[in-house]
Amino acid sequence: MQTSAVVESNVGEHTHGHGNGGGHHHTETFISKYIFSTDHKTIGKQFLTLGMLWAIIGGGMSVLFRIQLGWPDETFPILERVFSSWFTDGKLNPEAYYSLVTMHGTIMVFFVLTASLSGTFANVLIPLQIGARDMASPLMNALSFWIFALASVVMFSSLFLPTGAPSAGWTIYPPLSALPQTSPGSGDGMTVWLIAMVLFVVSTLLGGLNYVSTILNLRTKGMSMFKLPLTVWALFFTAIIGILSFPVLVACVVLLIFDRGLGTSFYLSNIVIGGKALPFAGGSPILFQHLFWFLGHPEVYIVILPAMGMVSEILAIHSRKPIFGYKAMIFSLLGITVLSFIVWAHHMFLSGMNPFLGSMFTLFTLLIAIPSSIKVFNWLTTLWRGNIRMTSPSIFAIGFVSLFISGGLTGIWLGNSTVDIQLHDTYFVVAHFHIVMGVAAFFGMFAGVYHWFPRMFGRMMNETLGYIHFTITFIGAYLIFWPMHFLGMAGVPRRYYSFNEIEAFSQYADLNKLISVAVIVTFLAQFIFLINFVWSMFKGKKATQNPWNATTLEWTSPIEGVHGNWEGDLPEVHRWAYDYSRYADKEEDFIMQTTPISEEEKKNYNQH
Amino acid sequence: MSIILGLLTLVLLYIVIVQISKASDLIKTLRSGVEQEESHEKSALFLSVLGFGILIFTLVSSYIYAPTLLPKPASEQGVWINNLMNVTLILTGIVFVLTHIALFWFVYKYHYSKGRKAYFYSHNNKLEIIWTVVPSAVLTLLIVFGIQKWFKIFSPAPKDAIVIEVTGKQYSWVVRYAGRDKMLGARDFALVKGDNELGINWNDRKSQDDFMPDEIVIPVNKPVSINIGALDVIHNFYLPHFRLMMSAVPGVPTHLWFRPTVTTEEMRKELNNPKFDYVVACNKLCGSGHYNMQKKVVVVSEEEYEKWVKTQRSYYYSIVKPAMKDGSFVLETPVSEAKSKLNSSSNNAKH
Repeated sequence: MQTSAVVESNVGEHTHGHGNGGGHHHTETFISKYIFSTDHKTIGKQFLTLGMLWAIIGGGMSVLFRIQLGWPDETFPILERVFSSWFTDGKLNPEAYYSLVTMHGTIMVFFVLTASLSGTFANVLIPLQIGARDMASPLMNALSFWIFALASVVMFSSLFLPTGAPSAGWTIYPPLSALPQTSPGSGDGMTVWLIAMVLFVVSTLLGGLNYVSTILNLRTKGMSMFKLPLTVWALFFTAIIGILSFPVLVACVVLLIFDRGLGTSFYLSNIVIGGKALPFAGGSPILFQHLFWFLGHPEVYIVILPAMGMVSEILAIHSRKPIFGYKAMIFSLLGITVLSFIVWAHHMFLSGMNPFLGSMFTLFTLLIAIPSSIKVFNWLTTLWRGNIRMTSPSIFAIGFVSLFISGGLTGIWLGNSTVDIQLHDTYFVVAHFHIVMGVAAFFGMFAGVYHWFPRMFGRMMNETLGYIHFTITFIGAYLIFWPMHFLGMAGVPRRYYSFNEIEAFSQYADLNKLISVAVIVTFLAQFIFLINFVWSMFKGKKATQNPWNATTLEWTSPIEGVHGNWEGDLPEVHRWAYDYSRYADKEEDFIMQTTPISEEEKKNYNQH
Repeated sequence: MSIILGLLTLVLLYIVIVQISKASDLIKTLRSGVEQEESHEKSALFLSVLGFGILIFTLVSSYIYAPTLLPKPASEQGVWINNLMNVTLILTGIVFVLTHIALFWFVYKYHYSKGRKAYFYSHNNKLEIIWTVVPSAVLTLLIVFGIQKWFKIFSPAPKDAIVIEVTGKQYSWVVRYAGRDKMLGARDFALVKGDNELGINWNDRKSQDDFMPDEIVIPVNKPVSINIGALDVIHNFYLPHFRLMMSAVPGVPTHLWFRPTVTTEEMRKELNNPKFDYVVACNKLCGSGHYNMQKKVVVVSEEEYEKWVKTQRSYYYSIVKPAMKDGSFVLETPVSEAKSKLNSSSNNAKH
């Protein structure tokens, strides 16, 4: 499989390298060009399209359960007519509520922010920015998308099962997820969830292995690792984290399948339901949590690293300055990557594991704040004395920095096991992770889409719509998630269907209404982005070859997009990606990576 | 009808927004260089004002909502946790405000202007060392204080602690007190049956004085040691006012001890709310009734506690024994036999 794939990529290079350029098309049908394509640019767009579809579904689910939380006493017969199986007497059922919460988490974390974010940008950017004709294995790359699509179909089908979608939370802790008697969603819905996730991991691994081997092997002449743009570095580390951690999720999930179907007791022991003892002995539910979070925590870095990479790139380009501390940025990415594997149990401080472990995981967890703060300070210094262009990509990148600071700092609260005793599983946690890995990652993604849209579609997106989209989303993000800190510090637990049953948590009815209104408005504002996206694809202003005056290789490949990326020879790289405003006396404030370093420059040229 | 109207309005709104934006972008491309520069300045000012507006919103809303948060911690452990949280709040708060001021100030100050060149500034080792070392030092402090208190909180309970067993099940808490001998009676999973969910071994003398009240009553300023467990799925024994929680895991016993410092009466006065009560809630998703799995907790003076204990009747003598007499409860076969019976039934289930 591996060898044949490599051979194919070599053949591809051969034909294109010596062919007559982009006009040279084999007999490409609509199906081979747009559907079962092996061109990385097309596969990137496929990931993006499916990701946007998932984001609408996942976001729409949050609207439904926020309606329940915002107006717990009202009835909505209109919604009942549309979602008849989820509503009774105009009110969302608790089972449906928990299914929606579970599916919202699963969809957003895995299907949108993992598959689509990495999938889209690794595909579009890696070959174009390193100067390769395509991925190391285009076939594996296409398989990665199609298995993701299959996983999507399987996951989506769980919504239509008579026993309902899984409802044990996206973290599917057993015994709740293992025993259908404890929750209807843990019946067929959970089986489907587990199958979909195994398929999903297969897709991620096919993609990840491809990204890593492409970056290591297919860089063009002169493109040493320390000349790579930070996007590629970030996608490189993201893929490595995925390759090392996702297989553990498969192990975790397969053992759960055994417990559910074959009567094993990996995660189950001493269980009594309705006064009846179940024949499970010797397992531990905490083992599941260790295995799950061994993926689950690196997962949040899988989500945020690509956004960090794109933001670094976009901030540098649009402020017309080199990224500050290029090497520090790479080593902080490396630091986050390494640390991401030894902090998982900070999700489990109060799970019943040995408290000694808690202290070790506090230490490692808070260490992650160091590379993260280096990144933030470096972004701020990149803006300092820049010549910042106010464009849709740059404002989203600036919004990302703000959100990453806000959400990152609360990580210092939760990562400290002692403080976590008070805040664990309260709304404070919901606020923290939604800001830092949810909204921030989305902002990185939006910045990336606005910035590389001309690269993908040859046209520009509408700037004014970009501004409107940004303004509503940015205000919305803070209106939704900032007040959740208060709820959490007032002790309100997450995953509550209603706050009215327990007196101590019932005081924030107004605040919950406000949050729900903000959710609805912010959700509707995303359609402005979608309209802009689709409209610009066909009617947008035609892009010039290098619309942002960037230095990187993707802007040397014909903007209309040709198979094999470059007509004739591959470009040769002579300098790093951040020669912005290097010479104050020159008219142009950027020097392409392909521009050779002149004799005159050589005397005191120092990359960084 | 109203849905259709609503949708139509929404679609119209989108159309209006799109048309205006199309025109606005078109105008931008027709502008002269000077006007373009002005538009960059306007955008920068807008983003900067938006950013500072959000900063002010975060600070003002925090100030307004601070009094609605949890009242003062009702346990000694809670005070430690709360203090560390406040220190963290101040430190991260300072960083939050300063970085946001820098971010949105730079956005305005260094916005695009045609004649200006950005400053080529690719790295500065000294600066980078400073912002590696300073956060590291601050974090070290937080780590040291945190771990110190963490070990104190999870130290073994004092010998004189009152022992209470709490067991979570969908969707309630079962409470068992050790009784006069201060020792909980033995439990055996093999003894579990319909009328003995916990599998209490009633042959064990220690179990015979245990009592199972409807609420948790504890004396103030005395250590309370809680043995936590669960029957069906994972629950979480969560005491928001005491700032404490611990998972209740089937098959894995967990433990927590604390010293309550504020009685229910005192807290009612403090909050000016005569109806206030402490509560145990579940804080780990445990099924569709998760949001309403609560139990009342009452903190009383030591004398009141002693009085209360005297009113409690042994579960064995008040319920189990009478039931045995009238034949509705059968005392189990010896433990070893019950175990082998269970093993054979579990083997059957597996094959």
